[in-house]
Amino acid sequence: MTRYLGLYFARIGFSVATALIGVFFALPLVWFIFAPFNPRAELGLSIPDPFSLTNFEAVFQNGFAMRGLWNSLVQSVGGVILVGAGATLASYALSRSPIPGKSLITYILLLFSSVVSGSAAMVPIFLIINGIGLIDTQIAVILVFAGGLLPTAMFILRDFIDSIPKSYEESAMVAGASPVQAFFDVALPVIRPGIVVVVVWAFVSIWGSFLIPFILLRSSEKMPASVAIYSFYSEAGTPIVTLLAAYSLLYSLPVVILYLFVSWKFGFRFFGGIKA
Amino acid sequence: MASIRFKGITKKFGEFVAVSDLNLEMNDGEFVCLLGPSGCGKTTTLRMIAGLETPTSGQLLIGDRDVTFLHPKDRKISMVFQDYALYPHMNLADNIAYPLKVRGEAEAKRHARAREVADVLKIGHLMERMPSQISGGQQQRTSLARALVYPSEVYLFDEPLSNLDAKLRLEARGFLNHLQRDIGMTAVYVTHDQAEAMALATRVAVMDAGKVVQYAPPMEVYRRPATTFVANFVGSPPMNLLPVEAMIADGALHLEADRVSVAPLPVSRAVAAALKGSSKLTLGVRPEHLSIARGGEANAITGQLFANENMGPEKLVTLERDDAARFTARIFTDEVIALEATVTLGFASEHIHLFDPAGARLPMDGEPA
Repeated sequence: MTRYLGLYFARIGFSVATALIGVFFALPLVWFIFAPFNPRAELGLSIPDPFSLTNFEAVFQNGFAMRGLWNSLVQSVGGVILVGAGATLASYALSRSPIPGKSLITYILLLFSSVVSGSAAMVPIFLIINGIGLIDTQIAVILVFAGGLLPTAMFILRDFIDSIPKSYEESAMVAGASPVQAFFDVALPVIRPGIVVVVVWAFVSIWGSFLIPFILLRSSEKMPASVAIYSFYSEAGTPIVTLLAAYSLLYSLPVVILYLFVSWKFGFRFFGGIKA
Repeated sequence: MASIRFKGITKKFGEFVAVSDLNLEMNDGEFVCLLGPSGCGKTTTLRMIAGLETPTSGQLLIGDRDVTFLHPKDRKISMVFQDYALYPHMNLADNIAYPLKVRGEAEAKRHARAREVADVLKIGHLMERMPSQISGGQQQRTSLARALVYPSEVYLFDEPLSNLDAKLRLEARGFLNHLQRDIGMTAVYVTHDQAEAMALATRVAVMDAGKVVQYAPPMEVYRRPATTFVANFVGSPPMNLLPVEAMIADGALHLEADRVSVAPLPVSRAVAAALKGSSKLTLGVRPEHLSIARGGEANAITGQLFANENMGPEKLVTLERDDAARFTARIFTDEVIALEATVTLGFASEHIHLFDPAGARLPMDGEPA
């Protein structure tokens, strides 16, 4: 009997503890949803009263911040296209061709990629970009991101392509397709779920990144949202909470929309292997 | 349709020789089975015909064309893969019509043709389904339909039935045999299942370690296996083999082994030649040629009863000898066989096969070598 009682209280204790942890993590999110609609929002949590959109009006009038969202989109989409296309072709080649030591190539690239996207390489990257005269261009940001993200993307995709039987393309080629046709008709659609994962991951990485655009860009009209968010700090360095909250909500929307779109359109799943 | 000729083809993967100096001719309209255990080079041979592997040396011809280095798409071939390789993102209609699509056929026309073939294979009502929504047998027929949807010179099959369960496999095998009679295609069929090879082939190429050991019609392979390897591979269960001491006395061949009695046999030229340097031969008898001895048999072998398996129309009686060698008899009766612990099996002299110490068949006089 005491044993069951002990289990009973242990169960209650566990539930209370997890509920507390849940609340602890939910609080910032609740604040994040309520604060943008509260014209008197502070760092404390409060239900908006009255519920208003004045914060958004002010944010929409900030041209620098609005252009920031657009720039983020340009840089993210540009980077994603490069990473998606580059990683797909490279990892397909790495997976299907009999290059000796291809695993080593991937691991070495992976090792360097963590250096490239890390802050340790910021000075050399700045010097290189400066040397080729691309400082203060969106292209520079896109290229650096693509270079930094490609190895990891290739690593993920190669693993994925390795798991797809070669007989798909082989049967297409025997049926009369050229290697290029076999790739586009058969291999690419089968790899697509893997590409979607890589694309979403790359988009989120670039969208949320601060350091690289901050260092490579000079003029304010090219700054992405992650940098432009600083325009909602007063000159003394204190955040204008109301506008910051509204802008943050806008800033996070594309990522949320992307997730919803991808999971609706493609689903984060792989084609179930055909049961033989 | 066209013939296929291998001229001294060798394929190496690094140091490993998968196929070694292969010379093989397959006639127009022939159904050739490449039969052998895994790793014997049969799939590599097939993939070289398809162009999915390139020979290390030698020449390969389809009809009169040298296709040794030709891309698969230009070879006018069809292939059915072991895993079917159905495209998971296309429905059955698009899967079957794919070869026509890459040939630039209009959608309405190619779907009509796909439907035609699918109807013959009884999957016409599934055209809108995806490959993952149909059964294994239907997937197998879909991949077959895709191979048949356009006219090819050569049809290649890479163990197409090995992923089916036993009942479906028999059904599909019968259908393939019917298809071969119907359209008389030139086909190369890889299998490790000797029953499939026997049932389908007009000629069987038995392969071992990258070489063709015997290339002959199925009944020839069954009746006169060229080596102990073939004897041991073809037949279910395979041929019983037993090492024996041989000597020639009074113009007759005497075979001796422990608890075996064999009536003297005529001495053929091949046997006489084989016994010049050695006295060891291998005796072979097929299980279906053995029966429970009732006394008075010309030839008999004795051992301890090992197993007595009831298969329905037949019984498999296996005896084990002191050296752990086993002899299996396949007895066609639906009556229960009561057996003692010691069993003697008898066999007729005409069913004896002899092999030299290297494993090569020793033909009787008058028998084609």
